[in-house]
Amino acid sequence: MREVAAQFENPVLMYSIGKDSAVLLHLAMKAFAPAKPPFALLHVDTTWKFREMISFRDALMAELGLDLIVHTNTAGVEAGITPFSHGSARYTDVMKTAALKEALSLHGFDVAIGGARRDEEVSRAKERIFSFRSANHRWDAKNQRPELWNLLNGRINPGESVRAFPLSNWTELDVWTYIEAENIPLVPLYFAAKRPVVKRDGMLVMVDDDRMTLAEGEQAQERMVRFRTLGCYPLTGAIESEASTVSEVIDELIHSNLSERANRAIDHDEAGSMEKKKQEGYF
Amino acid sequence: MSMVQEKGILRFLTCGSVDDGKSTLIGHLLFDCNEVSEDGLARLHAQSQAGGRAGAALDYSLLVDGLMAEREQGITIDVAYRYFSTPKRKFIVADTPGHEQYTRNMATGASNSDLAILLVDASKGLQIQTKRHSKIVSLMGIRHLVLAVNKMDLVDYRQDVFEDIACDYAAFAQKLGDCDIQAIPLSALQGDNLSRYSEAMAWYDGPTLLEHLETIDTSQDVKVSAFRLPVQLVNRPNANFRGYSGTISAGQICIGEAVRIGPSGALSKIASILTPDGEANSASIGEAVTVTLEDERDISRGNVIAAADDPPPVSDQFAAHVIWMHQQPLLPGRQVQLRLGAQSVNASVTELKYVINYEDNSHIAGKTLGFNETGYCNLALDHPVVFDTFENNRDMGSFILVDKLSNETVGAGMIAFGLRRADNVHWQAMDVDKQARAALKGQKPCVLWFTGLSGSGKSTIANLLEKRLLARGGHTYLLDGDNVRHGLNRDLGFTDADRVENIRRIGEVSRLMVDAGLLVMVSFISPFRSERRLARQMVEESEFVEVFVDTPLEVCEERDVKGLYKKARAGKIKNFTGIDSPYEAPENPEIHLHAADKSPEELAEEVFLVLEAKGIV
Repeated sequence: MREVAAQFENPVLMYSIGKDSAVLLHLAMKAFAPAKPPFALLHVDTTWKFREMISFRDALMAELGLDLIVHTNTAGVEAGITPFSHGSARYTDVMKTAALKEALSLHGFDVAIGGARRDEEVSRAKERIFSFRSANHRWDAKNQRPELWNLLNGRINPGESVRAFPLSNWTELDVWTYIEAENIPLVPLYFAAKRPVVKRDGMLVMVDDDRMTLAEGEQAQERMVRFRTLGCYPLTGAIESEASTVSEVIDELIHSNLSERANRAIDHDEAGSMEKKKQEGYF
Repeated sequence: MSMVQEKGILRFLTCGSVDDGKSTLIGHLLFDCNEVSEDGLARLHAQSQAGGRAGAALDYSLLVDGLMAEREQGITIDVAYRYFSTPKRKFIVADTPGHEQYTRNMATGASNSDLAILLVDASKGLQIQTKRHSKIVSLMGIRHLVLAVNKMDLVDYRQDVFEDIACDYAAFAQKLGDCDIQAIPLSALQGDNLSRYSEAMAWYDGPTLLEHLETIDTSQDVKVSAFRLPVQLVNRPNANFRGYSGTISAGQICIGEAVRIGPSGALSKIASILTPDGEANSASIGEAVTVTLEDERDISRGNVIAAADDPPPVSDQFAAHVIWMHQQPLLPGRQVQLRLGAQSVNASVTELKYVINYEDNSHIAGKTLGFNETGYCNLALDHPVVFDTFENNRDMGSFILVDKLSNETVGAGMIAFGLRRADNVHWQAMDVDKQARAALKGQKPCVLWFTGLSGSGKSTIANLLEKRLLARGGHTYLLDGDNVRHGLNRDLGFTDADRVENIRRIGEVSRLMVDAGLLVMVSFISPFRSERRLARQMVEESEFVEVFVDTPLEVCEERDVKGLYKKARAGKIKNFTGIDSPYEAPENPEIHLHAADKSPEELAEEVFLVLEAKGIV
């Protein structure tokens, strides 16, 4: 992260409110201590995030004394794009990928720091720590810059940008053990509690507000659930769990047989779907 | 993190030829270590049936081959990192491609690994690629090799097949230098000798692959040496705090210890150490810290804070191994950016001593370094850097080369030793300087660099301009491409490498002439931007005037004063600019002559007027 601050003019840290972002932000606070991180924070708000995420975000920013840029694709909102009406693929493209590109271009950021890890998904396994993006924010997996030793090449031309992934070599378990060791605050949704959920397409979807209309025969049930990843509530499935503390979560993780993103709807749209989204500019 | 550190991490890479079964090997290891989730397994079953290479059986390589394109081609195209652990150790695997054009990715994987698994297909025997990869990983400082003789199931698990390959390899590996080698016969597909002993190969009494990976000792690889902290960032939140941040690359340090700052050589003492866990009294190798010093010193990013009694060498010239990673070959003399730690300087290869032939480890003479080739060369930098040799300290002895136009990483290097010549050749200070010589002549010396295609009219215009300047009492000299090739550059041909050297020499000669106070006209095709930039950098910015004689190729070819285009078209001249060798037009020339529809006299006058306006004459 220090390397990002030193090599680029206008860096931004992508803060998604999730656990990886929490670790990222924690590391940034440490890397530059006693100074504050010398870059902006950006959150792309699709307006469909869990309500608890937003309240957690606002409280944390106030506590740390940091400024956060919140960006929403207003054209998408006006066009009435929702995950229910337009399907997860179209919705992600407009409200996440397009919104992100719009925000990066608007503020002229030349590097975006993200919390993606190589162990999450097959195409992410091939990411560089400094990953080059064309002026149109596209990723060319076949034409990546080699990364040797710890030497990161951040030279770019105006308009081009780089995505930086400091957590590339961390695994989900590393993240949780670090959260435990450093006592990093997280959104309560990561821990088990009684929440109203509906079983839909094999996923447990939480009924977070009244924009979600229940189909015939569906009924919200109170169940003990938690989330392994956080995104937009209609697209993020909960898992049934009793783990309500960090150490219980770690314990559960060691004995789990399901992959982390198994309950993220967007990864399963079609084969190779994450790779396609990444080429188009998704994180 | 604590749990992770207690177990220890082994980083290794796998390399081998196409279809030796690397992805299958890693996939099977992940599977054996229970790293494959239920949904991943379900997907694997589905995909194996849809189009896996293992027929109806499980195709473990599908667990690893991430990108769609390679799924279709059936080969791995990039470095993929995988993570798995056993109760004894945690592993990070770099899965690297085997086919030739992606060898640069293999070097990338090797640069961060402690051990390499070299795969050999038992049914095919040792391949040239395996030798090439061995040489690269050995150059990259990897001291532990595993020769994994795979697909033993295809040769009926025969001991003699395995032993022949192991012996062949041992003979080859003698030339690799100091490293330990473990040969293991296995079948990645069937799982023999991966994590379980093979019943079919009861004759083998060594460890299984996983056992070997769990127990190998790499702690001796880090050579204990003196304290080094390359400064990554100067941390200055307010006027009262000035800290230097970076990751300690060697040794350890305590508060109060004396340090020397490179390259300046200034001395100070450590006043405080800030680690991720707060203030500390000491810190050691691998830790990311911010330190403050007792004295105010001028330190910036790229400087190195080191033990006062054992500081690293500083030099602007060194000898190094360079692995070239770009389709355009390395041309000695051409300027590139060199990045070493947080230091970044301009550099060029001054001498390519030899190219390494991977087949028999021999050295061959070469003028350029092609894609995927490794050479041993001398480099000269425009500023001195602080470094250690690669053997002593991987972090401070390694560098990358970056192309200044495309910004791509084009090469990687390992420093063998610094060249002390820089310390022994001093500048002789002269009492009569350039200004004095120029004042006597009543002119501002400069280089007028005419560039353009053959037959564009460069020499004709330069000749007319020289006459015009002479008439005004100017002191001039005209360096003509053809004429110089009869003397000073008689030994050079027309390959890209020779063209670069040609321009370098002309640049040096014109610099001497500018120093003598002359108006120097250079009339050279000089087709490459980077060499023109090199010539520009030899003099002061205001002393270089680039004149682009912009005559379209059709017009030049129609004129064909010397009959050269006709010969080139007939294939009698190779590497002819505009025909089979590129011309890179200047982007921002000081003077741009649109030469097609004007007479040489008009054009010479146009240049003269600009010179007058600039106050040069």
